[in-house]
Amino acid sequence: MRVSMTVNGSASEHDVEPRLLLVYYLREVLGLTGTKIGCDTTSCGACTVLLDGESVKSCTMFAVQADGGDIMTIEGLASNGTLHPMQQAFHENHGLQCGYCTAGMVMAAVSLLQEHPNPSESEVREGLEGNLCRCTGYHNIVKSVLAAAGSGS
Amino acid sequence: MTAVIGQRLLRREDAAILTGQNRYTDDLVLPGALWVAIKRSDRAHARITNLDVSAAASAPGVVAAFTGADLRSEWAGPLPCAWPVTPDMKNPEHWPVAVDKVNYVGDAVAVVVAETRTAAVDAVDQIVVDYDDLPAVIDLEDSLSDRVVIHDALGTNKSYTWELKPDEAKVEEAFANAAHTVKERYIQQRLMPAAMEPRGVCAVPSPVGGDYILYSSTQIPHILRVLLALTLGVSETNLRVIAPSVGGGFGSKLEVYAEEALMLGLARRLKRPVRWTEERSENAQASIQGRGQIQDIELAADASGKVTAVRVNLIADMGAYLQLITPGVPLLGAFLYHGAYDIPAYSFTCTGVFTTMTPTDACRGAGRPEATYAIERAMDALGAKLGVDPAEIRRRNFIRADQFPYSSAPGLVFDSGDYEAALAKALELADYEALRKEQQMRRESGSTKHLGIGLSTYVEMCGLAPSRVLAAVSYAAGGWEHATVRVLPTAKVEVVTGTTPHGQSHETCWSQIVAEKLGVSVDDVDVLHSDTLISPHGMDSYGSRSLAVGGTAVWLAAEKVLAKARAIAAHQLEVAEDDLEFANATFTVKGSPDRSMPLAGIAFEAFSAHNLPDGMEPNLDGEVSWDPPNFTFPAGTHICVLEVDEETGEVDLLNYVAVDDVGNQVNPMIVEGQVHGGIVHGVAQALFEEAAYDGDGNLLSSTLADYLVPSAAEMPSFTLGSTCSPSPTNPLGVKGVGETGTIASTPAVINAIVDALSPFGVTDMAMPASPERVWQTIQSAKGAAQ
Repeated sequence: MRVSMTVNGSASEHDVEPRLLLVYYLREVLGLTGTKIGCDTTSCGACTVLLDGESVKSCTMFAVQADGGDIMTIEGLASNGTLHPMQQAFHENHGLQCGYCTAGMVMAAVSLLQEHPNPSESEVREGLEGNLCRCTGYHNIVKSVLAAAGSGS
Repeated sequence: MTAVIGQRLLRREDAAILTGQNRYTDDLVLPGALWVAIKRSDRAHARITNLDVSAAASAPGVVAAFTGADLRSEWAGPLPCAWPVTPDMKNPEHWPVAVDKVNYVGDAVAVVVAETRTAAVDAVDQIVVDYDDLPAVIDLEDSLSDRVVIHDALGTNKSYTWELKPDEAKVEEAFANAAHTVKERYIQQRLMPAAMEPRGVCAVPSPVGGDYILYSSTQIPHILRVLLALTLGVSETNLRVIAPSVGGGFGSKLEVYAEEALMLGLARRLKRPVRWTEERSENAQASIQGRGQIQDIELAADASGKVTAVRVNLIADMGAYLQLITPGVPLLGAFLYHGAYDIPAYSFTCTGVFTTMTPTDACRGAGRPEATYAIERAMDALGAKLGVDPAEIRRRNFIRADQFPYSSAPGLVFDSGDYEAALAKALELADYEALRKEQQMRRESGSTKHLGIGLSTYVEMCGLAPSRVLAAVSYAAGGWEHATVRVLPTAKVEVVTGTTPHGQSHETCWSQIVAEKLGVSVDDVDVLHSDTLISPHGMDSYGSRSLAVGGTAVWLAAEKVLAKARAIAAHQLEVAEDDLEFANATFTVKGSPDRSMPLAGIAFEAFSAHNLPDGMEPNLDGEVSWDPPNFTFPAGTHICVLEVDEETGEVDLLNYVAVDDVGNQVNPMIVEGQVHGGIVHGVAQALFEEAAYDGDGNLLSSTLADYLVPSAAEMPSFTLGSTCSPSPTNPLGVKGVGETGTIASTPAVINAIVDALSPFGVTDMAMPASPERVWQTIQSAKGAAQ
């Protein structure tokens, strides 16, 4: 099937198998490997990207379902060599260690602040419930998101 | 210049990760690589009566399909176990792909190699396997009865019995004379390390010459290279192992795995690059699991509650086979069952048994969380028996600050510490007295939300390890670490380390160590690692060893560089070496500030070699293999404050205080991050996680929807503090922090739950303490009271 979508501001169009998951389209067709796969049950959130501005788990939709959509991945978040405020907040607050959950976590956090620009700590924790991290214990991730909110991200 | 060590320097690893540019194994682009999918046993214990890969082999896109028998000739020997803990230890042959018989759900039975990932996965379903089922062996005591022997060639399910009994008469005497005794049984459930990155392996053969590059999501590229060369029967010089970015390990990537030997074998057989990426359900079944012990612990105490002896008997679940250090994991805790306490008589026995479940091995903490859990739970049990507060019973038993270096009954020398200071600080941070008052008020008011306060005053042993000590416990290799520091002609500094970071920030911290020593900017230091071509010597990262052993090697290599630089400067400035002082990366003649040589200039002189002292080799570099003289012993106090809802059994963490003494801190920001993550890992064992099997040996928790790795929503923020007793074992005075949180936190949580429920007569709480289990425990206690 033919799919076309905008990914990180660039138009892309390919023939794909109907069963191709969006995450594999991003990783293997477009070579955007910043988006990760950590499970096969929509549990871990490592594959989180933005579709038309909202966070989705790209392992849980087919590429064809994103046809016509506007996708943002971790590779598209920084602009002109400047980190997005959320990326900067994760850096400044040590919100990442091994980095495997980071892309999904950052994208989920960006989406969270779009919906709740000034979340409480518990709202951040609830909002990130669908993204698992094994390294940080979440303490500094939550701190990062609150810092980004404070900076007017 | 201000000190670089001790600064909260932001990480240099972050930029690539945050922009999605770093590459984990599955991210690698390998032209022409074939994809491998593995048919795994869905039976716990069965003979293979029929195995037919022909349909799979002729499926679209498939290049080849193989059975275990087809591939057996690729391996010079079975997969290695590096820790034969006793001379008579039973170790079944373990081949990368099973032949004739499967021994756990997840055992590989056949493989498909295809042009694409999907073609391989599709074709695996066309492999036909018929089984003749045998009884599963799940229960450890049942296994020991040999009712069903798993490995025919061994004739028994017992792998070994290992003892540490320095003075049995003394133990007997202590129990005979005890005013109080405690006898408890604790169960360590099986855990899955569950690193967020599943494993991946790629093997790339060279077009000519028989060389192979193995990319693996591993903690141990160096150890892998040696052992895979032996397992595959290839020359070590023909094998280069690279660990790309690694998405967490927690012990699960401290292995020589079947898939690593398999990919190399397939690359050799097919003369093409091959690759495999683990699915999460495969990770659950075929990556190692951890814990899995029955712990019987007894304490003898005098009338005041001073413990006089500890006696421990373990049964440890090996799983179906012995992986790299499976039998040794209980030994990593064997010396620590007296915890932070001065207990003069000690007896430890561990029996390792086979079961028809996934092999166990190191899971964050490896042996030490189990030991800490047992002694910390038993100390609470003793305190409860005597009616003494948990903090006070610990104080009465602590190894005192003036006893260091402390020779423990099981034979270690604890380097340094002040356990009482950490306890005092933690009690203050938690406002312990106020909590106890609130607890009392709630109890008197009849509240159904019960406040629990749990203590864990842990000590651990890390900095693995003095090689001679490893020899004494029959480990096959040493515990040294290697580092090279080179000052390049342009004065940039290259550090090569034998450690293999997978989230621990070695690039940042090793830069700080070198910058401190050489006076250069951290930005001028580059840290190279995780590729055996670049870093040929190393013992890799596990057991909280990297800083204490590897970081020290880096420090000492930089010291060698500095000594050589001093000799060059003295030569060129025509003074004695002692007449030079070093500051701000410059040697200056004492009393003559105008006569100086910057390190940058010396580096170029060493490179040009035009004017070096007679006999001195060119280049400014230093290389060190450092074998630590002792372990290091981080310690501290963790306090968990939680609420148990009597009506639902739900446990809600209200506050968590951790005061850790990890010696000097190179980067406190990174130390805190390690503690946070460690705490959650240990809390997860207490409350959420269990690799559960049914009676037929089926893994019930093979997805992250069933295996409950906690999310941010289940966790509070943490209150951290620290004390500092520098380790005299290494020049940095550091101890290690990768596992402290995990080791300390599990008993703190369970102690808190038992504390909360003590008015009902609850004295123990099985793990994980799920709402259902807590509720049942409350109901049973209420029933018993009536």
